Amino acid sequence: MQNWIDAYSWINIRFLLQGLGITILISVISVILSFIFGSILGIIRYAKIPYFSRIIGFIIDVVRNLPLLLIIFFTYFGLPAFGFKPDTIPAAILAMTFFESMMIAEIIRSGILAVDIGQMEAARAQGMKLGQAMWHVILPQAYKKMIPALVSQFISLIKDTSLATIIVVPELMQHGQVVYGQNPNYIIPVFVIMAVMYFVVCYALSLLSKYIDHRMA
Amino acid sequence: MIKLLVDNWSAFISGFGWTVLSSLVALFFSLIIGSLFAILEVMPSKTARVIGNVYVEIFRNIPLLVITMFFYLVIPQYIVKINGFTAGTIGLTIYTSAFIAETVRSGINSVDIGQMEASRAQGMTFWQAMRYIVLPQAFKLVIPPLGNQFINLVKNSSVLAFVAGFDLMYQGNAIASTTFETVNTYIVVGLFYLVITLPISYYMQHLERKLA
Repeated sequence: MQNWIDAYSWINIRFLLQGLGITILISVISVILSFIFGSILGIIRYAKIPYFSRIIGFIIDVVRNLPLLLIIFFTYFGLPAFGFKPDTIPAAILAMTFFESMMIAEIIRSGILAVDIGQMEAARAQGMKLGQAMWHVILPQAYKKMIPALVSQFISLIKDTSLATIIVVPELMQHGQVVYGQNPNYIIPVFVIMAVMYFVVCYALSLLSKYIDHRMA
Repeated sequence: MIKLLVDNWSAFISGFGWTVLSSLVALFFSLIIGSLFAILEVMPSKTARVIGNVYVEIFRNIPLLVITMFFYLVIPQYIVKINGFTAGTIGLTIYTSAFIAETVRSGINSVDIGQMEASRAQGMTFWQAMRYIVLPQAFKLVIPPLGNQFINLVKNSSVLAFVAGFDLMYQGNAIASTTFETVNTYIVVGLFYLVITLPISYYMQHLERKLA
């Protein structure tokens, strides 16, 4: 029991909360960036531009099928060979953004495909250009349909930031390791509180997604 | 890059083998555990549904790494000596089973409720109806999403590298740190993962189109 009380001293809890803050910071920046890049890539793949869309599509398929951990390693240990040496947090954001953009691109593409083809035809028949029809008619409907998939992707992104501990990014998992590194008796209490912190953030998001989905339907 | 591959061939292949083994073992057990929890989630008893739900929500919302490290650090200390490979595979199994439970449950829910009612009306018990009528139809529907779960599983098995699980990622790191050829090593490691994941991914896309 004393172990649990010691493990949950304010200094440790505050340190873990700081880690959680970094976890959320990395996740939010990465998700915003990957939403932008993912939208662009998804639309390019959907647009079927000769050769170009095919190549982008192949890159998306390749990256989606690689472990994120490999991409993190590559970013941090491989990129310096090309003369670019990012710091740990930017490296984590770069790796996550690269990977998540490809995941989100697929979500965006299938969201666009789920919008009835008649919508595009009608918009074009009204004299809208392809870009206008996309922006004003198709995308608003597509994004609405994609909200659950996008939120669950965001949840996996938050969980996946824990992998960045391997390049010593000071996020929650890494701070947890520092705390239980002081004393092996802290292992169980620290894992419990870390699991609770991740759970609260991720579960709250999944409830939010269900709520939005429910209200839109 | 070819020289690197040839020089370290046995290390790459052994890593590849452990990755495949861990993924298959985890797939096998997480299919069983996942299906059991999926059935719990649709049982008439409220307690069963709550138990199923709690299990799924807990393990879906905690990072795989947290689960894996927990088993790696705690089981050997208090229960029984296990190596990183075993601990990692247990972590993978538990994490994946929560996702498989969700997938199978959605499959069960999309089987017409009349199928269950008709089987019960024929005098079958709940478990008989599940086993012989509902699950066979449900599994057919969820083959593409289960394939995607398997791809995730193969990719996720890279966390074994954290617990010295001899897998592809772990071997890759070892090779990268001895040869200093980080870029080439990671590209080769990536190609090994793609050999498994890319064909399954294209096959599942093909199946989805065929079923749709």
